[in-house]
Amino acid sequence: MLGWYRSRTVGQKQAVWAWIFLALPLFFFVSIRLFPTGYTTYVSLTDWNLLRPKAFVGLDNYVRLWNDPVFWQVFANTFKYLLIGMPISLGLSFMVAYYLDQVRFLQGTIRALYFIPFLTTAAAMAWVWRWFYQPVPIGIFNLILVDLGFSQQPFLRSTSQALGSILAPAIWAGLGFQIVVFLAGLRAIPDTYYEAARIDGVGRWTILREITLPLLRPTILFLVVVSSIGFLRIFDKVYNMTVDGKGGPLNMTRPLVLNIYQLAFTDYRMGYAAAQTMVLFVVLLAVTVIQLRALRSK
Amino acid sequence: MTLGFDPRRDPRKIAIWTLVALGGVVMVMPFAFMISTSLKSREELYDLRLFPLAPTLENYIYLFRESRFVRWFLNSFVIASISTASVLFFDSLAGYVLCKYRFKGRQIVFIAILSTLMIPTEMLVIPWYVMSKNLGWLNTYWGIMFPGMITGFGVFLMKQFFETVPDALIDAARIDGLSEFRIFWEVALPLVTPALSALAIFTFLGSWTAFLWPLIVTNSASNYTVPVGLASFSGEFTTEWNMIMTGAAVATIPTLVVFILLQKYIIRGVILSGVKG
Repeated sequence: MLGWYRSRTVGQKQAVWAWIFLALPLFFFVSIRLFPTGYTTYVSLTDWNLLRPKAFVGLDNYVRLWNDPVFWQVFANTFKYLLIGMPISLGLSFMVAYYLDQVRFLQGTIRALYFIPFLTTAAAMAWVWRWFYQPVPIGIFNLILVDLGFSQQPFLRSTSQALGSILAPAIWAGLGFQIVVFLAGLRAIPDTYYEAARIDGVGRWTILREITLPLLRPTILFLVVVSSIGFLRIFDKVYNMTVDGKGGPLNMTRPLVLNIYQLAFTDYRMGYAAAQTMVLFVVLLAVTVIQLRALRSK
Repeated sequence: MTLGFDPRRDPRKIAIWTLVALGGVVMVMPFAFMISTSLKSREELYDLRLFPLAPTLENYIYLFRESRFVRWFLNSFVIASISTASVLFFDSLAGYVLCKYRFKGRQIVFIAILSTLMIPTEMLVIPWYVMSKNLGWLNTYWGIMFPGMITGFGVFLMKQFFETVPDALIDAARIDGLSEFRIFWEVALPLVTPALSALAIFTFLGSWTAFLWPLIVTNSASNYTVPVGLASFSGEFTTEWNMIMTGAAVATIPTLVVFILLQKYIIRGVILSGVKG
């Protein structure tokens, strides 16, 4: 064995070591990521409750999903989180970054204040916000409303307000990350561009529209994708802010991931849950592919 | 951008600074209320002033005595530490090989690992659960941490960073007769410590705050991690908000401490991943 190794060329020796070093990581990626992906795809074609053997049912789960009003409710909720949450969170974080970039005094400290919510345990923060939304005399939001002479709001207990009430902490938690990335993007724009524009006497808004935003395009696209994926996968906050983690009231706040969790691990309908994870996968893939396309077409 | 005027005399700058700073203070108000309430006795609970009249640690003492928070804390700490050590070692080793070795199949291996970044965790939890059930991993540390022992993101990040290590240095070490592993460990790895520190912090925090998989794989209170324990604890104490805030504070304070100590590295890490990703 040793003699065989010694008689190899340098290149062949390297290949031997490469495969030795990669053996464990490769085994991991194949057995913990790639194989399970195929397995989920197969489970989505079966009827299975973990106890009986899997029964192959073809595309039945997908047909059921198509005709299931709960699925469409959940699907619509997921896109509400995305289509309301993503623009607000990107708009707010850009605004803060844009202005924070213009001030120097305590800039790092202010940036840190915005960033802190991003790092903390989402489950814990969900309970803090849930407390804020409680009725008088417990919840601070209603106490403020009543103090200002408005009527109390039901927030998490209302079918129309609950989704927005969960979205608020989700946006709050993500702002800091986006601000830090936006700030780095803003700093990467050479000062000469701004100086040239100022010499030409161009106004602040024109500079923003014609120089800053176009040059930030890659940063914006990156954040659109990261933020979209985050909202499409929302789970921790909804689980912790709704009664018994059910995504109520009346499924009005239940996102796709929570539905998958409930189907698979409370109802043990593995096949049906797997089919819904396939839908999530396709949606996430589409978001990423659209971004790559947009990045290429300059 | 640099300013063409004196910011101290420019009222617009002062207005901007004030608004942005106020926004920052609003951002951390939830933490302030959480900690303030955790220090209040039950009598003071409905008094929403930020500084308690008679601050007390009784909630914390009660929490540590009557719930299993200490155990959950230990579980989370052990799991996050082992996961981080494993990710640092294997991700940098794989990233190093994919960056510095020339061999047949390198491109395919890299694409295969990169493609795993596209697979969301939610799609894998069913097979992971079945696997854990069949192999007896439910309710064990290993069961909670096995999916995160190596990450595609880390391999990708480290591969990018090993590009900054000159090939000549590695060739020189090879001529000096260092073994392949020692070249990696003693020559290349010390040169990428900024990337390692960022990866370490994010892996640790990611593990500390992880919720979905630990929730699925544990069903006995002694094996919960902090977030799962907090969810079950708060579900039981639904109306005792001072206890829930105490639990939330205990879950959050370590992440705040990590941030305060390592702020520089964390911000740099976010920028690195943002720019590279």
